[in-house]
Amino acid sequence: MSVSRRIFLSGAAASAAFVLVPVPTSALELKSDVARAVDAILDGRTPVEDGISLDVPDLAENGAQVPLTISVDSPMSSDDHVKTIHVVATANPEPGVGRFTLTPHLAKAEVFTRIRLAEAQEFLVFAELSDGRILQAAARTEVTVGGCAT
Amino acid sequence: MSTPRVRVPRSAGEGEEIEIRTLINQPMITGVSGPDSRDMLARFEAKMNGETVFAYDFANGSAANPTLIFFVRAAAPGHFSFIWTHEDGQTFTAEESVRIS
Repeated sequence: MSVSRRIFLSGAAASAAFVLVPVPTSALELKSDVARAVDAILDGRTPVEDGISLDVPDLAENGAQVPLTISVDSPMSSDDHVKTIHVVATANPEPGVGRFTLTPHLAKAEVFTRIRLAEAQEFLVFAELSDGRILQAAARTEVTVGGCAT
Repeated sequence: MSTPRVRVPRSAGEGEEIEIRTLINQPMITGVSGPDSRDMLARFEAKMNGETVFAYDFANGSAANPTLIFFVRAAAPGHFSFIWTHEDGQTFTAEESVRIS
């Protein structure tokens, strides 16, 4: 188990206060490929469980099209903005979901897309800020029909 | 086929927040399971007046027919271009203009 993974697990309980779907700490046992993906994003940094709101259904009927809104508390000014947002799935065949690149030309750090979830699972969101800090949040979605058949 | 659709407001004030909605018809086949070979977009990029304002790098967890919604501070002259790049290098583009007052 890597250091960043331990830090992630210890922080998960605190992060639950900032997401719409609370995630129990005990549920976040990261697979090795997921832990590697998280380590690559964190790059030695310690994430802060703050500032990210996730809007995602508790129950997704179709795992192939799960709507996800990510909102980060940021003024999006030239010297204080969100640079990237990473989404990582914990129980898909591959952890990568996508990576947003944001700039100060955006009016707010809010983005929407649809993601694939192969089964009920937690997914993780990381936001890298212009000052080098990294924020994290997690949410759990139940899935009626899995979405990774393709 | 990969037909992009984009929705932007017709007009906006300088600096005003505008919502941009994009959608492209694309199966986003990962090739992980099933008989079909991989057919995935790699990246989406939105430019305002020639400068990149938003981008998204797709991965296997990105849904088919990718939708992206984001919010831009409108700046003159309000010309937007949207570029989807397939993993095979092919690109699909859409252009829109917002009248800036």
